Parts: sequence; C-alpha cells; structure tokens
Amino acid sequence: MAIAKRPSTEMRERRFEYAAAPEATDHLKIADSYSLFIGGRFVEPHSRRRFATVNPATGQTLSEVAEADDADVDRAVTAAADAFRSWSRLSGAKRARHIFRLSRLMQERARELAVLETMDGGKPIKESRDVDVPLAAAHFFYYAGWADKLEWAFPNRRPRPLGVAGQVIPWNFPLLMLAWKIAPALAAGNTVVLKPAETTPLSALAFADICQQADLPPGVVNILTGAGSTGASLVGHPDVRKVAFTGSTEVGKEIQRATAGSGKHLTLELGGKAANIVFEDAPLDQAIEGIVNGIYFNQGHVCCAGSRLLVQESILEPLLAKLKSRLGTLRVGDPLDKNTDVGAINSRAQLEKIEGLVNSGIEEGAEIYQPACDLPERGYWFRPTIFTNVAQSYRIAREEIFGPVLSVLTFRTPDEAVEKANNTPYGLSAGVWTDKGSRILWLAERMRAGVVWANTFNRFDPTSPFGGYKESGFGREGGLHGLAAYVELD
Amino acid sequence: MSLTHLGSLMRGVRSVDQVGVEERAAALAKRSIKKASKLWALDLAIRCIDLTTLEGADTPGKVTALCAKGVRPQPGDASIPSVAAICVYPSLVATAVAHLRGSGVRVASVATAFPSGQSFTSIKVAETREALAAGADEIDMVIDRGAFLSGDYQRVYDEIGSVKEACGSTPLKVILETGELGTYDNVRRASILAMAAGADFIKTSTGKITPAATLPVSVVMMECIRDFSRETGKQIGFKPAGGIRTSKQAIAYLVVLYETLGPDWMTPERFRLGASSLLNDILMQIQKERSGAYQGADYFSVD
Repeated sequence: MAIAKRPSTEMRERRFEYAAAPEATDHLKIADSYSLFIGGRFVEPHSRRRFATVNPATGQTLSEVAEADDADVDRAVTAAADAFRSWSRLSGAKRARHIFRLSRLMQERARELAVLETMDGGKPIKESRDVDVPLAAAHFFYYAGWADKLEWAFPNRRPRPLGVAGQVIPWNFPLLMLAWKIAPALAAGNTVVLKPAETTPLSALAFADICQQADLPPGVVNILTGAGSTGASLVGHPDVRKVAFTGSTEVGKEIQRATAGSGKHLTLELGGKAANIVFEDAPLDQAIEGIVNGIYFNQGHVCCAGSRLLVQESILEPLLAKLKSRLGTLRVGDPLDKNTDVGAINSRAQLEKIEGLVNSGIEEGAEIYQPACDLPERGYWFRPTIFTNVAQSYRIAREEIFGPVLSVLTFRTPDEAVEKANNTPYGLSAGVWTDKGSRILWLAERMRAGVVWANTFNRFDPTSPFGGYKESGFGREGGLHGLAAYVELD
Repeated sequence: MSLTHLGSLMRGVRSVDQVGVEERAAALAKRSIKKASKLWALDLAIRCIDLTTLEGADTPGKVTALCAKGVRPQPGDASIPSVAAICVYPSLVATAVAHLRGSGVRVASVATAFPSGQSFTSIKVAETREALAAGADEIDMVIDRGAFLSGDYQRVYDEIGSVKEACGSTPLKVILETGELGTYDNVRRASILAMAAGADFIKTSTGKITPAATLPVSVVMMECIRDFSRETGKQIGFKPAGGIRTSKQAIAYLVVLYETLGPDWMTPERFRLGASSLLNDILMQIQKERSGAYQGADYFSVD
C-alpha cells in the first residue's frame, strides 16, 4: 500500500517558474483607423488607401493607417513650409518651451507609449519601458536646452535653420528614432515631415497626438504614414531642404542618388556589422552580459548590434561555455510580459530574411547553437542563435542579419583583431572588452567605426554623437554634432 | 597550498567590471515575481533563513524566544515551514540546542572572534571547538580582513583551513565581510580563496558593517561559485546576510540565485539568508498573497 508522504524539504520543487507578469493594456486606446497628421490636424489621405499594422507577437491587426501619396506629401511639405516662416523666427527660448513641453508629455504618457511600442513592434516591454521611451524623452529635453543657445553652440558662425526636413525612420526603435530626428530639427528652427516605418506607425501617431496636446504650432511637425513610395516621394519633394534617413544601406544609396545635385542636405544612418572584441584579460562575466546585450537586445534588430564576436583564442572555450549557459536563461516570449528578455521578430519579411541567412551559415559550414526554449505558436519568433567555426568569408560574418544571430570568430593578437574588425563594408560601431586601459585607447584609434564601446555595449545618450563610416552612412545624430546637421553655418 | 601556488591562483583571478555587474544586478532586481511564483519564493525564503540574533545584550531568554519563532514562525498555520537555522553567539549555542532538539532547525554559531576577526588563530580554533562541543551544527567564521587587505593571502587561507579542520564534517560558512573589502575584484579574490581553503558556504557580511549584503556583491560571489563548481565539481553554498529586511529583497536574491546558479542551488543546503526582521515581512506578504489584504504588524509575533 502506498503511503502518501508530506513533501519533505528535499522533495520540494527547485525550479523557479515565473508566473506570467503581463503589462496591463486596458489603459491604451488604439483607434480602428488613423489619418495623416498634417498642419496640426488629422486629415483623410488623398489616396483614400489604408493598410493594416500588425502585432508581430500575435499576428493580430492592431489598426489601419493611411497610406500617403504624392498629393499628401505635397500637402504636408507645404504645411511645414508655411509653419517654417513663423517657427524659425520664434525666439529660441520660446521654441525651447514648446520642445520641453513635448518631452514632459512623453514622460507623462510613458506607459502608454511603451505599451504601444511593444504591441506594434514586438520588443520586450522592459526595453520600451526602460530604454526607448525614457531615451526618446531625454533627447527632446537635451535639444530643448540648445534651442536658445545656438549662438554658443556654433560661435561666430551665425547658425540658421535649413527649412523643411524630410525624415524617414526605421521600425526597430520607432519612437526613439523619431526623437533623434525631430528634436534637433525643431531646436534649430526647422519644421519636419516625418514618415515612420510601414510596420510600426502607431507610436509616431501617438506623438502626433502629443503635439496637439502640447499646442505645438500647426505644421511644425507633420506625420505621414506609408510605405517605401511615400518615403521616396517625401525625399524627392523639391521644397524639402534636408533629408535624414535611418534604415538599410540599400535604401540609403537610393536616397543619395535621388538627392544628388539637388542641394538638399543629407544624413544617412545605415546598416552595420559590428565587431565585439573580447581580449583574454576581459572581465569575463560582464563581457558575457555585454555580448548578450550587444546581439539579443531588441531581438538583434539594432543597426549597431555586436553581431560579430571576435574572441581571443586563448579564452574561446570558457567564454563559449559561459555564453551558451547564459543563453539558456534568456526568456523568449510574450513581449508584454515584464520578464521577457527577447521578444518577437518585427515582421514576417524580416523573419524570412533571418532564416535565409541562418540557413546560408549552416550550408557554408558554421556550427549552429540554439538553446532549448519554447516559442509561442502564433506570431514571428526566432531563437537566440550562436554560430561558431565562422570564417571571415561566410555571409553570416559579412552581411547584416538584423536578428538574434551571433557569429563567433577568433583572433590571436591585437593587430589581427583590428584587421578582422575593420574588414567589413560597414563601420557603425564596435566594442572592446579588456582590463587594460591603454589597449582600449590603442584599439579605439584604429577602429573604423563611429562608436566604440569599452567594456559595455549598446549604450546611448542624447549628448553623445552616433553615426557611421563607409556603408554605415554619414552624418551624426546626438550631441552638438547632431545639431550641426540641422543648421546652415557661415 | 604552497605560497607560490596560492600566489598564482590569486593573480589568475579574473577582474570584475563594476559598472557591468551593478547593471546586471539592477536588471535582475526588476524581475516581476507574482502570484504562485511569489508564494513559492517566499516559502523557499523562509526555509533558507538563518534567523539571527548577534547582540551583546543577547540572553538565554531572547534566544529561547527566537528558537520558538524559528520552529513555528506562524503558530496555528502548519503550511508555514520552519527556518533553516538559528544563528547565535557561541555562549548561547547550548541554550539554542536545548530548545531546537528534534525540530529539524539547526544551530549555527558564529566563531573566530566575530565580527572583527582580530585575534589569534589558536583562539579562533579553540572558539570553534567550544562552539562545536556545545552542539553547534554549523559554524560561521569571519576572515581576517586585515591580513587579506595587506596581501597576506596565505595567512587567510591557512586560518580558514585550520578552522575547517576543527569543523570536520560540520558545514563551515566563511564570512568575507565584503563591506570592508572595497572592490569587486577583492570580493572575487576572497571568494575563490575561501572556497579553495575549504569553505562549504561563502557569506557576504557580519551584519555589523555598512554596507552589508548587496545584490551586485552577491552576483560576483555567485559567479565565483559557478566557476568553482565548473572547475572542481564542488557545489559551494551562498549566504547573503545583513540588511535584507523585506520580501522584495529576499525574492531579488532568489532571482539572482536562480539565474546565476540555477535550480540546484534553490535549497537550504546551498543557500541561506542571514536575517532577523525579514521573517515577519515574509509572513505578512504570504498572508496578503493568500487573502488579498494586509494584516497589521500586531498579528505577527515579534520573535
């Protein structure tokens, strides 16, 4: 006869199952359909066309947004040009007051913006809550501070605004990229027409609502939703004096071709294939966190992601062992769950691109590692992935994957690390992990990359310029450098 | 271990990046532990508590009361488990032993000139033997921070070895007093030194120094335990102590433990929480989780 025993201390379960901790969404109001934000009002699109925006974690349609055509672009640019006349003559202090108000409202509505960003884009709520939204508000605060100090920012060079800025932003950090674009433009006295990405328009539309709430003069900020053709039309509009684009290198090249000879100012922030270099004397446990943050942050949908890990050969074995076991603790799943570390892939198209490149890595002979983790049945997902035995010539070591896929390569000497790290058409960012300060400086001097992080990765601050070399684009965003892109100087 | 071996062991200890480890701890502290997982964590936390009183004013009466509290933290509620151990000064071990016999709750005694450790090795070993003779089931010793900070690792190593020898199979917890070590690099070095010298547990603090246990220090010590386990196969325990007063803090430690060392360490055999006022806060949170309402402090016995 079996005797039921009281569970002894030893018998108790040792596995710590975190109960679901979903962020509430009941406070959020998403309309069934959205119009275009032109001249301070939401107006019906001339095109009469709308397209759906989908929650990539569930596959469900969240809303329908307008698709702006050439006539809509013309209306918006005209509204911005009209607004420019008064906005550019407003005193810096008054412009600052408006921009400060925008940032305060973003902070007040932070929770709503974070939930919206996560539902529309698939990124974990802990990232939109702790990174995207606070940084976006910080950018507005920072540039608001410059608005009445332009004369001191560029002494003796008579800074003047350029006019209407046409801005096209990507889907990986929708609200943050909006802030990087709009904040310096407004501070310098320009007006803007911004086109958010096709798959993530909702936070920009919420920002349009904030502009109304803040009583920003009509036409200073205009938001046009749409796809590639809307962006092309905006970039090509003759009254746009400045074009700022963040996105793929391929589209960046098209924009450069389209704007060539037009006299338009242009900044491009494009792709990357960053090297994250770990020397044998690195603080290993923190380097592991940096590697994880470098490539799995935002599912690897980060232009400056540390997608090529360069490890000194002498520590490859312990580093890989630690990295693989760390991958086992990453929580992949519902982006709205506060404990989720890796969320959903932004779109089906992106998922297919990642899968294609991962298959090429397997075919070329790299060794793949993925932790065992359950993925939700609906939506778009990809397991955190590590490739070892990767040669410099493989596609996964050369092409931007823009997904949670890390390629591990080795080096023997610092010179070899520099040579391999720079051996890419891109040059956006790099990371170095070592306990030796002199080596950090030595390496940073030799890296052809716009940002070099030392013993950390993927850290951003409004005061720090960000931008690339080579096929990663040109121009800088953030800091004084970012302001310079929106002024004419003597 | 010979001088040269110990020297190379200490030189080979990897550095810790302060910014990185503090970020990691802060990120883990943001985990949201709710409902069933919270109740599970709070139950485990109670089972891992070393319920402690280490005051000059401690008396047999105080210790007797604490023992009763430790065995049955919530009289009338059999679902609340006993704590792991009662932790007292050596002179009160006999009292604790008398009141805990048959309860399953162990008696832990601090020893080795706690909390400063500034005495002679022979006296520290003798104190340990006396505590064991009085019936202590576990010994919590302090390292000689003066020797450690002056670079005399050999002396620290030998002293831990002597105390461990006196302990025999009795578990030895080695207190690093991280609040006096100054850097995470030193915490890492002291952790590895203590484990190599024979510690069964490494423990953060005496509770007499501020800061006592912190989450980043715990991350560093647990990473050392993980590395040591990988290299030697030995699973050393971890005990944060001092300043852990709320359920939220206790859960944060369990989250760090789980995500650094994993399920094998989610047991009082490998994890302890050195605390006194924590217990009642946990009882209060369990009540709240079960009933949906907070109960006043007067409904929980002070000790």
